[in-house]
Amino acid sequence: MVAAIFEPGFFSSSSVQLAAAVGAIVAIVTGCVGVFTVIRGQSFAGEALGDVGAAGGSSAYLAGVAPLWGFMAVAVAAAGVMELIGIQRTRGRDLATGIVLGAGFGLAALFLYLGTTYDNTTGATVTVLFGSIFALNTSILPLVAAFGALATGMILLLYRPLLLASVSPELASARRLPVRLIGGLYLLAMALAVALSAVTIGAILSTALLVGPAATALHLTRRPGRAILTAGLIGVGAMWLGILLAYDSYDWPPLHHGWPVSFFVVTIVLLAYIASRAIPARTRQT
Amino acid sequence: MVNAWIVASIVAIVGGAVGFFVVLRGSAFVAHAVPSGSFAGAAAASLVGVNTLLGLGVFAVGGALGIGLLSRRGRHDVATALTLVFMLGLGALFLSFSAAYAPEIYSLLFGEVLGISTNQLAPTIALAAASLFVLGVLYRRLLLSSVLPDSAPARGVALFGVELGFLLLVALTTTMTVPVVGTALIFSLMVGPPAAARSFTARPYQAIALSVGIALVVVWVAIALSYQTNWPVGFFVGIASAVAYAAGRTWAFARRNRALHTRRHGAIPARPLVRS
Repeated sequence: MVAAIFEPGFFSSSSVQLAAAVGAIVAIVTGCVGVFTVIRGQSFAGEALGDVGAAGGSSAYLAGVAPLWGFMAVAVAAAGVMELIGIQRTRGRDLATGIVLGAGFGLAALFLYLGTTYDNTTGATVTVLFGSIFALNTSILPLVAAFGALATGMILLLYRPLLLASVSPELASARRLPVRLIGGLYLLAMALAVALSAVTIGAILSTALLVGPAATALHLTRRPGRAILTAGLIGVGAMWLGILLAYDSYDWPPLHHGWPVSFFVVTIVLLAYIASRAIPARTRQT
Repeated sequence: MVNAWIVASIVAIVGGAVGFFVVLRGSAFVAHAVPSGSFAGAAAASLVGVNTLLGLGVFAVGGALGIGLLSRRGRHDVATALTLVFMLGLGALFLSFSAAYAPEIYSLLFGEVLGISTNQLAPTIALAAASLFVLGVLYRRLLLSSVLPDSAPARGVALFGVELGFLLLVALTTTMTVPVVGTALIFSLMVGPPAAARSFTARPYQAIALSVGIALVVVWVAIALSYQTNWPVGFFVGIASAVAYAAGRTWAFARRNRALHTRRHGAIPARPLVRS
């Protein structure tokens, strides 16, 4: 029975262990950041930062540095531009994100094109956009942990003012909180978290983990602290289950070379969200 | 080359017109999600061996419906994000089955406008006509529900119906444009030019006309530069759209400053004296 669920070699495989460790860190970090993304309605910005980060990832291929640095630099720069164009107003936010995303896509197209013509690394497009969690290098683990701790630390430091500024910006500015600065710092933390997850597990999964578990958790509980914990748990659960299924799928039809992890994780995240919708929303706890 | 000009111009007209409502409704995320997600449809089509257009159409409509239904209960941006990532996940799955070549994926994402053949013209024109027809039918309702969502139901406009209609319109536009120009280009065209146009004028007809005009210029410039440099069209379209938007914002900013100045100092001052 156990052997049927866990294919032989699952626990001893070093790439699985590394994937599980990186996946768990990323899921916890994005869960923590994601609760605020959902409260503030910034899913689009999260998605855009991941995609624009792909431009950085592809330019890193060109420059020959580790993709992580390219992702980080470009995502943080994009967050800065979005903030400048005016992401703090709900009306203009959508547009500012869209313009940055459009320009970022353009740059990604150029860098990937230059990368494939000059270096003939044809797989770069796929790697940058879809990621490959089983192909990680052990040396990335300390970096992932450090950047994850940085993003989570920023959220925890900002926790109370950020919460007030997200739920009620008017009340926050009445209390003389620097709402715009808080929003900018939050965007920076989100850029770090998204770049971190996009480079390790792919741009698709970074959005899925940022938005899905947090939205599910916020439906199950109204308390933000508990929602962060729940989102982290759902994220880690989805990640590990996805890795397990992907490992098992090496024997599945049609090609016997394994189904992508991203497919499993995304499906689990979506199912969890739909299931949570079926439960009537918990009434506001005061 | 002539085909590229024709198709790109059609795409710019439809994208500029539909994009006006994308910007008005604040639906840039949807305009990004439906084309990107329909990428999975192209992968599925190449796996099963049917026409790419069919796969794109099915997935674009499916994605639009998914966004519409999921966002009935729950936040709109969350629903859009989850629909998008699920479709991309499916795309990753289909790609892993079909062992497609990376250049094919690249051209799906960023377009292959210079390699358009003559037999792609007819379906593009037909779908463009359909998109503009739907836009014409929905025009009043879209405008009313975008500008005054609160009073629209009282005038007999069903908000959910209009939203679904709008999503399907985006899906239709997507189906037409993705095979020729890629997912990135159409998104830029549906956001940049209309946003620029809106900062020049607030009147809907003029804004749509201006948006189409800017989109045409953006596309023509992009194709010409792409032809010269051999760099991807998507790059030039993305950058040109952003430049158009920046120009629009600068104009709006300058005008607002001048208005403020007028309010403070009476009439618009004559051009300041040249100081020697």
